[in-house]
Amino acid sequence: MTAPDVTTVPAVSIRDLWFAYDGPPVLREVSFDLAAGDFVSIIGPNGGGKTTLLKLLLGLLSPTRGSLRVFGRAPDAARKRLGYMPQQISLDTSFPVTAIDIVLMGRLGNGFPAGPFRRADREAAETALRDVEAHDLRNRGFFSLSGGQRQRILIARALASGPDLLLLDEPTASLDPAVQDDLYELLTRLNRRMTIMLVSHDIGVVSKHVRTVVCVSGQVAIHPVEAISGELARVLFHGAEDVKLVRHDQCEGGHPGHPPGTRHATHTTAGHSERR
Amino acid sequence: MGEFFQSLAAHSFLRNALFAGLLASVACGVVGTWVVTRRITVIAGSIAHAVLGGMGAAYYLRVVKHWEWLSPLHGAVAAALLAALAIGWMKSRGDEREDTVISAIWSIGIAIGVLFLFLTPGYKTDLMSYLFGNIVMVDAGALRLLVILDAIVLLAAAAFYNPLLAVCFDEEFARLRGINVQFFYTLLLCLTALTIVTLIYVVGVVMVIALITLPVSVAGRFSRKLWQMMLLSALLCGFLTTAGLAISYQPDLPVGATTILLTAVVYAAVSLGAGLHQRMHRRASTTAAADREGDKT
Repeated sequence: MTAPDVTTVPAVSIRDLWFAYDGPPVLREVSFDLAAGDFVSIIGPNGGGKTTLLKLLLGLLSPTRGSLRVFGRAPDAARKRLGYMPQQISLDTSFPVTAIDIVLMGRLGNGFPAGPFRRADREAAETALRDVEAHDLRNRGFFSLSGGQRQRILIARALASGPDLLLLDEPTASLDPAVQDDLYELLTRLNRRMTIMLVSHDIGVVSKHVRTVVCVSGQVAIHPVEAISGELARVLFHGAEDVKLVRHDQCEGGHPGHPPGTRHATHTTAGHSERR
Repeated sequence: MGEFFQSLAAHSFLRNALFAGLLASVACGVVGTWVVTRRITVIAGSIAHAVLGGMGAAYYLRVVKHWEWLSPLHGAVAAALLAALAIGWMKSRGDEREDTVISAIWSIGIAIGVLFLFLTPGYKTDLMSYLFGNIVMVDAGALRLLVILDAIVLLAAAAFYNPLLAVCFDEEFARLRGINVQFFYTLLLCLTALTIVTLIYVVGVVMVIALITLPVSVAGRFSRKLWQMMLLSALLCGFLTTAGLAISYQPDLPVGATTILLTAVVYAAVSLGAGLHQRMHRRASTTAAADREGDKT
């Protein structure tokens, strides 16, 4: 994270964004800013567009309408400054690959990808492994690791390129609560030097750690996390005890006019779609 | 089997067969590893059968139209690369009916092959050798081609090990890192196509898939890194083709079929052994856990 960005250019700036796959819009009338250095969670029901929003930020999808800027540039152009950890690596668990192999993948794309990795790449990968406190796992087979260890390796892969914005898709899904807490501690530490945006189902856990919550369910609104963790959570989710069970119609009452800024939650409603 | 090694010194055709097997094993181990980890064995099958169409067409043109310079191998290489490019291009368009087209290429290849073989006089008896390989008929020219194919495969593996690993492991992430995923995927398909052509000379169209997948699967059990899997499966493949040749020599059995059955036996034995090992390991750990429980009470 470079100093000028903190004060001038927002990490993410979205204006009147619409997105549809083939059918009805998954996201509509989305407008919000996120300051650099923020720690943001995207929450919302399944099919509400959380992962879609993430993929738009990564430039894997293009908006149907509207504009989306990452550090003031188009997502494609800002890609070098993004670190990404996908929700799930859906692979056969016998893929022969070690932890360091995976972290080194984060160093690809620096020049034409021919020949072995350079010393600088190897050092960056080792550093990333130390950052996530998993350096001792470097030569272990990836699929012999526990769920929490694997997540750390995938975070290290995202860190290896030295990103200014770290995007994580459900990093704590299917982990023990204790392991989840460790992971959030790690992310909080990383947040000192980069903007972090993560998708989560679990508002209860998230609200303890993040500063801004973006609620996505077709539309988006932004709220300070203090409000989310208190009464607003019940308002947003109609008193649902377990936010993991939230349905499309329960995430409503967006605040499109809410001024963007830090310590806000963004809240999105409407738009039903089976695809994310 | 002793007679085989004595004959090896006496007969150049046996030496050629041995070298052909070993050379094919190099490409088989390297490319087979990508094919298995990227899960494109069905695509490999499709390409292998498209090859038959190319061979048939080339044979027809050579015999009936007197294109003397054209060998079945040229037709095989052309058909394999054409099939690979078609499948790669289709994937780039994001066609959801990918498997349909893969199957179509499979059967169209065979149909074209059969049609041209029917139209070519005096060819039918040779068909068996393309189905099941004719390793003992490999000549010096074919060996040179195998060397060239190996060189291409090894060069690509050395130069693009990292991006190809990334594309096999997590394509989306590779794309985000600015890797031209489409290029590397198509490269992978073309390397697969060339390897299949190589292997057809050793074991034939029907047997290609077994040799490109089974030794690799066995090697995968003992590998923690992709290059280890490549090396191990190349060594295993070399051992299997040599053993297949040696075993089939004295009783005069078809080499291709013998080799494949040998491969299958090794694969089954290792899978069975691994299963037993796992079960015993699990039992040992549950017993240990039970012991600990017992200690507590």
